[in-house]
Amino acid sequence: MLLTLLAAGLFLPSTYAQSKEYLTVSEPVKVTGKRNAAVQVKIPVVVKEGYHVNSNKPNEESLIPLKLTWTATGALEGGTVTYPKPALEKYEFTEQPLSVYTGAFDLVANFKVAASAPAGPGAATGKLRYQACSSRACYPPKTVDITISYQIQ
Amino acid sequence: MLLRRPLPAFATAVLVACFFVGCSPQRTVKAESLKPDKDRRPAPEFALKDANGKTVRLEDYKGKVVLLDFFATWCGPCKIEIPWFMEFERKHKDKGFSVLGVSMDDEGWEVVKPFLADLGVNYRVVIGNDSTAQLYGGVDALPTTFLIDRTGKIAAVHIGLASKKEFEDGVEQLLQAPGGITKDVADASRGRAFPTFDVRPK
Repeated sequence: MLLTLLAAGLFLPSTYAQSKEYLTVSEPVKVTGKRNAAVQVKIPVVVKEGYHVNSNKPNEESLIPLKLTWTATGALEGGTVTYPKPALEKYEFTEQPLSVYTGAFDLVANFKVAASAPAGPGAATGKLRYQACSSRACYPPKTVDITISYQIQ
Repeated sequence: MLLRRPLPAFATAVLVACFFVGCSPQRTVKAESLKPDKDRRPAPEFALKDANGKTVRLEDYKGKVVLLDFFATWCGPCKIEIPWFMEFERKHKDKGFSVLGVSMDDEGWEVVKPFLADLGVNYRVVIGNDSTAQLYGGVDALPTTFLIDRTGKIAAVHIGLASKKEFEDGVEQLLQAPGGITKDVADASRGRAFPTFDVRPK
């Protein structure tokens, strides 16, 4: 028992280190739409100061892109994601500038309300995968859950 | 006569200098990043597979200075350090030194093999996992590099991109130290589940 507690105690700092987030997503504003209507949803993202994430189209093959994929869209169809224009930034560890996102930006999800959508509330869910670096180190890829609440009129 | 005088004087000066600082052709270095002996902890033992499927254990490196580099193919700063480590491997491999790379790529050899081939990596690489990372204090930031002395203890930890000189001085100083891993140290590090050091980014 004592050994277990001791082991757990020593384990804590490591768990803490791995739970560190370099990118956060705020809850998108609830969308309202009629059947067959096109709806756009802004998903606000903030990259922690001093860090960057690769854009959706990194300029090196080995780099992991920012990517939003939908796991369920409910009464919404489509879900094409519009990524903002990336910045080209030069870091100490690169010869060429990298295509990255820093600070606050929005991803825009483009849906169409299904013709057969029942009136009422629902939710679309997805996962945003990213890989962050500072100017001196990189961190393993992480995934953030995204939920978009909607109301069909 | 006048011409012959300066030579004995010069020789005396050299002898005096040798007496105080030594005359070894090897450069004496003092690496600032190395921990004093008393603060060094045994490097945790592990068993991981290399590109040929052969199991690699830290104890295979008994008595050697080891540079243990946690890296990933998607890590830009790692690509800066890897050529330095290749140079150290070339330069010091006959003096009891080895570089061992630990790839933290989830996709494994499928992505690591082409990456190593592209860079022409000349040292051994294994695929790591979360357990290995936990053993070494929860390696999160990459690169994270451990310098392990001849007695199997961690002499330095570099989190993130460090300077080539820091590594070079550390390796050279550790190579100058005598000794080899003892059975006690190997036994103590084997099966060790949780280290008592922390490599979280500050």
